[in-house]
Amino acid sequence: MTKLLDAPQQPKLPVRPSMPPARRLGATIRNLMTSPKYGPVIVTAVLFIAVFVIGGVRYRGFFSGQVFLNLLVDNSYLIVLAVGMTFVILTGGIDLSVGAVVALSGMIAASLLQTGWSPSVVIPLLLVLTSVLGLLVGLMIHVFKVQPFIATLAAMFLARGLCYMVSQSSISITDPVFVSLAQTRIPLGGNLSITPSVIIALIVVAIAVWVLHSTRFGRTVYAIGAGEQSGLLMGLPVARTKVLVYVISGFCSGLAGVLFTFYTLSGYPLTAIGTELDAIAAVVIGGTLLTGGYGFVLGSVLGVLVLGVIQTIITFEGTLSSWWTRIFIGALLLVFIILQKVLTARRR
Amino acid sequence: MPRTRTPYSQNRVGPGGRIRRRMPRDRPADDSMESTVTNHTDPPTAVVEMRGISITFPGVKALDDVDFRMFPGEVHSLMGENGAGKSTLIKALTGVYGIDAGTITLAGDQVSFSGPAQAQAAGISTVYQEVHLLPNLSVAENIMLGREPRRFGSIDWRAMRRRSAQLLAGLNLDIDPGSLLGDHSLAVQQLIAIARAIDVQAKVLILDEPTSSLDTDEVAELFRVIRSLKEQGVAILFVSHFLDQVYEICDRLTVLRNGKLVGEYLTEELLRIDLVQKMIGKELTTLDDLEQRARSVVVDESDASNFVNAARLGRRGAINPADLPIAVGEVVGLAGLLGSGRTELARLLGGIDRADSGELTIRGKATKLRTPRQAISNRIAFSSENRRDEGIVGDLTVRDNIVLALQADRGWFRPIPKKRQDELTQSYIQALHIRPGNPDALVRNLSGGNQQKVLLARWLAIAPGLLILDEPTRGIDIGAKAEIQKLVFNLAENGMSVLFISAELEEVLRLSHRVVVLRDRHVVADLENDGLTVDALLALIADGSVEADDADAASGTSGARDAVLGASETSDPLTIDNVPGGRR
Repeated sequence: MTKLLDAPQQPKLPVRPSMPPARRLGATIRNLMTSPKYGPVIVTAVLFIAVFVIGGVRYRGFFSGQVFLNLLVDNSYLIVLAVGMTFVILTGGIDLSVGAVVALSGMIAASLLQTGWSPSVVIPLLLVLTSVLGLLVGLMIHVFKVQPFIATLAAMFLARGLCYMVSQSSISITDPVFVSLAQTRIPLGGNLSITPSVIIALIVVAIAVWVLHSTRFGRTVYAIGAGEQSGLLMGLPVARTKVLVYVISGFCSGLAGVLFTFYTLSGYPLTAIGTELDAIAAVVIGGTLLTGGYGFVLGSVLGVLVLGVIQTIITFEGTLSSWWTRIFIGALLLVFIILQKVLTARRR
Repeated sequence: MPRTRTPYSQNRVGPGGRIRRRMPRDRPADDSMESTVTNHTDPPTAVVEMRGISITFPGVKALDDVDFRMFPGEVHSLMGENGAGKSTLIKALTGVYGIDAGTITLAGDQVSFSGPAQAQAAGISTVYQEVHLLPNLSVAENIMLGREPRRFGSIDWRAMRRRSAQLLAGLNLDIDPGSLLGDHSLAVQQLIAIARAIDVQAKVLILDEPTSSLDTDEVAELFRVIRSLKEQGVAILFVSHFLDQVYEICDRLTVLRNGKLVGEYLTEELLRIDLVQKMIGKELTTLDDLEQRARSVVVDESDASNFVNAARLGRRGAINPADLPIAVGEVVGLAGLLGSGRTELARLLGGIDRADSGELTIRGKATKLRTPRQAISNRIAFSSENRRDEGIVGDLTVRDNIVLALQADRGWFRPIPKKRQDELTQSYIQALHIRPGNPDALVRNLSGGNQQKVLLARWLAIAPGLLILDEPTRGIDIGAKAEIQKLVFNLAENGMSVLFISAELEEVLRLSHRVVVLRDRHVVADLENDGLTVDALLALIADGSVEADDADAASGTSGARDAVLGASETSDPLTIDNVPGGRR
């Protein structure tokens, strides 16, 4: 190929006209905002900061580090869920089963711990089980060409039904390891603290960022979202990747279930109903296109934080019913989807 | 070569006019190598050897017993009209489609690819017709995806950018490898696809219509790269419908027609006019009875009798401004190669695409067609060449397909009564001999010819004033073809105007009162079909160097052909191959 390199230096094709620095900065910002890749994430980040500042101005005590950290503490399981969901949505799929799988893994954990199993066996077992469930869903989607919506809907009913097979009522967890993991606060100095769940969630986020950004598997996930056919013609392992994202989502649901039991210290068949929709909302608000191809894990984390901060504001307000959270989230989702359309359409 | 160009006149002899190198069927495949490649001027071994390839899609034989070979250090072109099987053959070679019969040998080893990844690993690198890249990823990734440089399991982004910057520089393309692919024009994307393909140390490089969105400089750049790869011994398959480019870069040609092999030729030994004739082919003359009757209609020259009059009608990137009057009861044939603008012009008249210049007058009234619906309400029906995707609705019954356009025209709030639907369907089934004659049969189970008849029935049901038929007889058997041709003829006698597009020139000549010839998105001639011959049309299509004004005079063939052959040596004033078509 070296021969190609000593090409005659002809006038290069696209010539970028030089402009004054101020206008160039404006153009860069404009470019970033309308980029389907970065635009929505930037908007979400701006929105999060704006909401946080509004809260700080309105309510005394809102502007503290602990309020921010509590967003992470209260939503660590949702962050993990959203990470798994990001993989799936990036390929253009969807996973409706995650809420039910969270409940199922909580139920299984609670009942096994009740019969005296050790947590060091229960947790790995749960993660394997939920990954296998994800694998089955992925195979169903890939081999039988079932719509992800339908396949994961089936998995959702299956998992929810299995919850009732385990027990019809709430099982509380008294295992000392779980209790201590639930109650431990890790001090960060200056009256700030987090829980072990936060650390686990952040580790998951870090791994996911690395996988999506720096591995062939991760780049193939993006490729599938932009065009499965193109990916196939480029010789990428499309089939394997498509199945694997559901395994990842299953694994994340299992892990989120474990974190959720740390949070509630019980298993109950009716928990986490609708959580899959929260996860999807967080991913979309975080700037991931529902059709796939564009989005970041960190965007999804931001999405979770936006949901959390709205909830916190409503708590601070005191007089509003918690259902207002839902209304705000609904409105936000609508705005975001329209915004994504407008921003990316402007570019054409 | 033993089958060097047969003299022009002899080429037309024989059914199908096929000149074909053929090994006896009964010979075992293994020992046939020596005897089939009897050509002493050829390089010793072919890097790709495809033998007896057949691929059948439901209802269509896409490739029928095709042989194809490529030599290292040679640029080979695959020529043929739309539907000839070029893309299918390429996809068979690159593992996208499995083959139903035949063998593929790569550098002496028989191979059977189950996917593009395997073909790539074996050294076959491909740039497909449509750009198959990922707009959401960076330029660098699109070049390197699947073989990214890695360090400790992580993608080494810096090495990746560096390598892709080198490759882009090799194509003289100065863009930031970190920028998003989707931000670049189609032409640049095309070059990026090529950069991706040449990064692999490929034995075989396949370029399917790589120049369709490139301008002259970019094509020159691409050709420089192709020549440099050729010197390194890469076998290159260059597919393009721009004849000038094919003749500039290719050493060898393989011509396909209707999924069958026509022959393999050295480019320098095959005149353009012969090539075009081989691509378009000859039809059996079973339809002679129509011949005498076809030209009996006297067309009034005055504008008043024109059903449609297009004046300088054009659309950027599709068809240059063209004049096309069509009189009531007149059959106008459009002749030209694929990509010449024949379909594009018809689509403007059918309201499928909007014209961005010129005027369209329908029945003396200036009209702007924005949607097919408007065209239908002006009694213009457009039957697409893409029968499967833009024509039939396969999962609906024959009856539903036939009443579809009429129902749409009436509006959905005035449903056609069931009884009327049945009458209509029955009458068309009988009139057009649609088989099976069952109104409840699903259309996808019908043969191509019968599907086409169902489509015709659909459009006839709305009683159009102008019927636009784009390749109505492609891929259907001879009997159905004859019936459709007769039908067109009878319709015109009853006062319907017809715009008839076909790659088969005999068919065009047999049916048309007038023939409009297109080349490279220009109308190059508008001829009365009075003593016109296939040869004259071929000459116009192949080179278009006969000025439109002289075309009438030139229709006496031999003079025209000489003029064409002479002109092909010099630069051709009408060659606009490199007009940057689809770009703004």
